[in-house]
Amino acid sequence: MVDLRARSAAVVSVAPRPVRRRGRFTPLFFLAPYLVLFCLFVVVPAIFGGWISLHEWDYLLPGKPFTGLDNYLALFDPDSRVSGDFWTSMKATGIFTVASVPPLVILPLGVALLLNRRFRGRTFFRAVFFMPFVLGVAVISVMWRILLDPNIGFVNHLLGANIPWTTDLPWAWISLVGITVWWTLGFNAVIYLAGLQDIPAELYDAAGVDGANRWQRFVHVTLPGLRPVALFVTTTTILASANMFGQSFLITKGAPGVETRTTIMYIAQEGLRDYRMGSAAAMSYVLTLVLVAVSVINFRLFRSRS
Amino acid sequence: MKALRASAWYLMLTGFAILVIGPLLWMVFTSLKSNGEATRIPPTFVPERFTADGYGTLFEGRTQAPVLRWFANSMIAATAQTLLILLVASTAAYALARLEFRGKGPLFAVIVGTLLVPSFVLLIPNFLIVDRLGWLDSLWALIVPGAAGAFGVFFLRQFFLGLPRELEEAATIEGANHLHIFVKIVLPLSRPALATLAVLSFLGNWNEFIWPIYVIFSPDYFTLPPGLSILQGAYTIDYPVIMAGAVLASVPALIIFVVAQRYVIEGVSRTGLKG
Repeated sequence: MVDLRARSAAVVSVAPRPVRRRGRFTPLFFLAPYLVLFCLFVVVPAIFGGWISLHEWDYLLPGKPFTGLDNYLALFDPDSRVSGDFWTSMKATGIFTVASVPPLVILPLGVALLLNRRFRGRTFFRAVFFMPFVLGVAVISVMWRILLDPNIGFVNHLLGANIPWTTDLPWAWISLVGITVWWTLGFNAVIYLAGLQDIPAELYDAAGVDGANRWQRFVHVTLPGLRPVALFVTTTTILASANMFGQSFLITKGAPGVETRTTIMYIAQEGLRDYRMGSAAAMSYVLTLVLVAVSVINFRLFRSRS
Repeated sequence: MKALRASAWYLMLTGFAILVIGPLLWMVFTSLKSNGEATRIPPTFVPERFTADGYGTLFEGRTQAPVLRWFANSMIAATAQTLLILLVASTAAYALARLEFRGKGPLFAVIVGTLLVPSFVLLIPNFLIVDRLGWLDSLWALIVPGAAGAFGVFFLRQFFLGLPRELEEAATIEGANHLHIFVKIVLPLSRPALATLAVLSFLGNWNEFIWPIYVIFSPDYFTLPPGLSILQGAYTIDYPVIMAGAVLASVPALIIFVVAQRYVIEGVSRTGLKG
């Protein structure tokens, strides 16, 4: 499952009205348990990661020499050990994100529109579409790996084809994108559905009085009304796609070659399998910067359309 | 015309639903096939002969794949982390929603700001921190660090802010302290929000994959998701065994989803609307 918690990033803050001032240590008493965890596993690692990235930090070796920006420079030096693999992995993440975000933004809207009317079994259908999402990436990946087996897989049997779904391009990408769409479509659909139900009925009535047909009402009432929700869906989907790991790890194993090895997969291998943590930490910061840039562009695009 | 449109719409909906459910049904059916049938050409969808052999092999308890231990580990880790999140997030959220102290605004901004920090940035430093704590290759690594996320605090604070204050004010006048108000008034009023957070936390931990595969080394401490990756390697072509493992990892999540569907879906809808 995509981490629900990580995907809920957008924020509205409401100014709180205090009850009254009491014992000086009361706030500390309530805050301390969380703050200990927060500092130890969020604040410290966020900073510590930067420190690691400035060293040749091999987990298995005693010395961890300071190397300044070398880990970063290596990523941009075509002759270094890492740059080729790193940019191949960035390309993989880029391809996956570009290919998966449009269907994951558009198809769930269609599903939400199908569900956005009163009928018997509506809750049932909504639950059905959401169901794959409550399963973990490991479950859905081992399942699809077998379904997509080129020789005895059920998918090729249904299609009467002999497609190398997990071992060749472009099929591996089609599989990874298709599986991810199948898996997470319901999540975005549920968010759209809530957005649709938030559009005041009076707006549709007014458009009806003005003689607008179904399509005109969709374009002039539904779509503008969904803009904030669409921004949320697009942003969280981009971030989730850029975080892709499990599907490649379990379904294609990066194949063919390392073509479908995503950046997260490469960072994990470099840092946690091969224990070159300085280099891996530097990569994670570079990927973060790219994601920040993409998010800013995305926000601008949505704003300029309004 | 209207009837035609209605049936076209129903057809589309049902078609979509079959596409979504079909693979899951296939997974369950395959776990109930003999290995011969599961690898036969052409493949079957519904088993010709139902057998629990896959489950038998799965539960044999081979040393390299102690599946029942993984199941227990998953249950322990997900339950413990959920309780930990409920405890630390609700207390912190109460302080941020109802108490007044210096630096509250900036503190909340920092906590919420970390929702935007991608989790992979923390992966490597957290590995080293967990190592320093002596938690590598133990369930502690799967329980504690993941409870530090900001979502629960943010989510509960928003809910607490929406609660009516009359009861709390009356209790304050009667001399109740904050601990009393928190336990006796705020928590009971917040049951739906706590249930939503509990369900989302449990599912998130239950399905966690990237973290356990790197911080756990001994098969005895695996949870089910990394365990499935072991099964995939160990029983390469014994499909019913792998699918039985996948079903085992799915069933608790699906039960929770069916029982607490309202909380899951409303929790997700509400996080979207905050945007």
